[in-house]
Amino acid sequence: MIKVTDLKKAFDGNVILKGINLDINAQEVVVLIGPSGAGKSTFLRCLNQLETINSGHIFINGEDITNPKVDINKIRQKLGMVFQDFNLFPHMTVLENIMISPMKVKHESHKTAYETAIQLLNKVGLLNKATAYPDDLSGGQKQRIAIARALAMKPSVMLFDEPTSALDPEMVGEVLAVMQNLAREGMTMIVVTHEMGFAREVGNRIIFMDRGYIVEENSPQNLFSHPQKERTKAFLSKILSSQNNTLNTLQL
Amino acid sequence: MIDFRFDIITEYSHFFLMGTLLTIGLSLASVFLGSLLGLFIAIGELLENKVLAFIFKAYVGFFRGTPLFVQILIIYFGVIPALFGEANGIVSAITALSLNAGAYIAETIRAGIQSISRGQAEASRSLGMNKFQSMRYIILPQAIRRILPALGNEFISLIKDSSLASTIATPELMYWAQSMNAQYYRVWESYISVALIYLILTLTANFILKHFEKKVPVK
Repeated sequence: MIKVTDLKKAFDGNVILKGINLDINAQEVVVLIGPSGAGKSTFLRCLNQLETINSGHIFINGEDITNPKVDINKIRQKLGMVFQDFNLFPHMTVLENIMISPMKVKHESHKTAYETAIQLLNKVGLLNKATAYPDDLSGGQKQRIAIARALAMKPSVMLFDEPTSALDPEMVGEVLAVMQNLAREGMTMIVVTHEMGFAREVGNRIIFMDRGYIVEENSPQNLFSHPQKERTKAFLSKILSSQNNTLNTLQL
Repeated sequence: MIDFRFDIITEYSHFFLMGTLLTIGLSLASVFLGSLLGLFIAIGELLENKVLAFIFKAYVGFFRGTPLFVQILIIYFGVIPALFGEANGIVSAITALSLNAGAYIAETIRAGIQSISRGQAEASRSLGMNKFQSMRYIILPQAIRRILPALGNEFISLIKDSSLASTIATPELMYWAQSMNAQYYRVWESYISVALIYLILTLTANFILKHFEKKVPVK
């Protein structure tokens, strides 16, 4: 479904992605992990061309979207994106946030867009917030609305860029639950996250990135239990021990 | 000062009233046209094409970097006669004030647009909106709320700046003060009167704008 070949990206001579090759199949949940600065988010943002790439190719359903002739606005409709800091539109109600793109971009009727929005709000459990403004929502609620907003365009892939990193710990669960449901329904998902529990439970494939490369990729069981590369081992032991420590502190 | 002649003020009250109405008209027309122009220029300044963007920046640079008085004279004696074959005070005044206000308003709007976080544009683009849709539905509605107070200040400036139009045979408020002074050689009566009228105009405008700002939610 998505095929990436030799993707390179640099910011002002600072090379962030040094040649990424990746195939993602339909209905697969791929989780990108790795230390900050590894290029995970940049990679995700390259997929829907929020960042222009320096070289390489990205094929979506066989179409090379790095071709300048491709209408990127059409491609982006198929790639839903969820951001770390939500980026809800603060001047619109929750309903308007969800309905604006289907109506203005896909020219759906108000009725159709409304029905979809209500259905999605139900799905993320926030029907009662339909007329609220983003400022009146908690972080977890904002992110669930942001997911609903992206789903309203009926994308074939969902990209999650650290969707729980800006949340208070007690709100992480509600967002992950929505994502888990989405995965169960067969949505193709690419998720950048530090939530190793989610990666292990929901991911079909884990990709460990470091310093602009894919270091190692494997099924969650294999990658977490039997990491092959030294850098993967070092990263996992560091992050897992810190997450366990948090857990222990909580249990005390 | 002892023989302050209220009688000539009374005599001129009709002219002052007409002048005040024209001053308000000039300011309203110029802030309206200047806002449209300013929006156009602001978006031009933000174009990715550096050459095109430079043209808009040069416009702003010229109109902010030269005296309004000089601009008014160039337009009254040069531009308008060249375009229409004859001089016209009111048209020249509105043209000059709008072009000048457009430059200042463009900077305000540009700053307003740039103050909206990048994430808003990214989120809208990621949903498939094109640049125009993103600007129209997401960025501008938020930016306008931040621009509005500055636009009000621009309007108040225009009320005062329009007094320069008196030099190009435009019978606005200041024009009548100078007429009165020319007729009676009375400095205080003429200039104090219009100073007070200008003050009333700007204070009223300020009051209305403040009231209006409170009504517009910051969301």
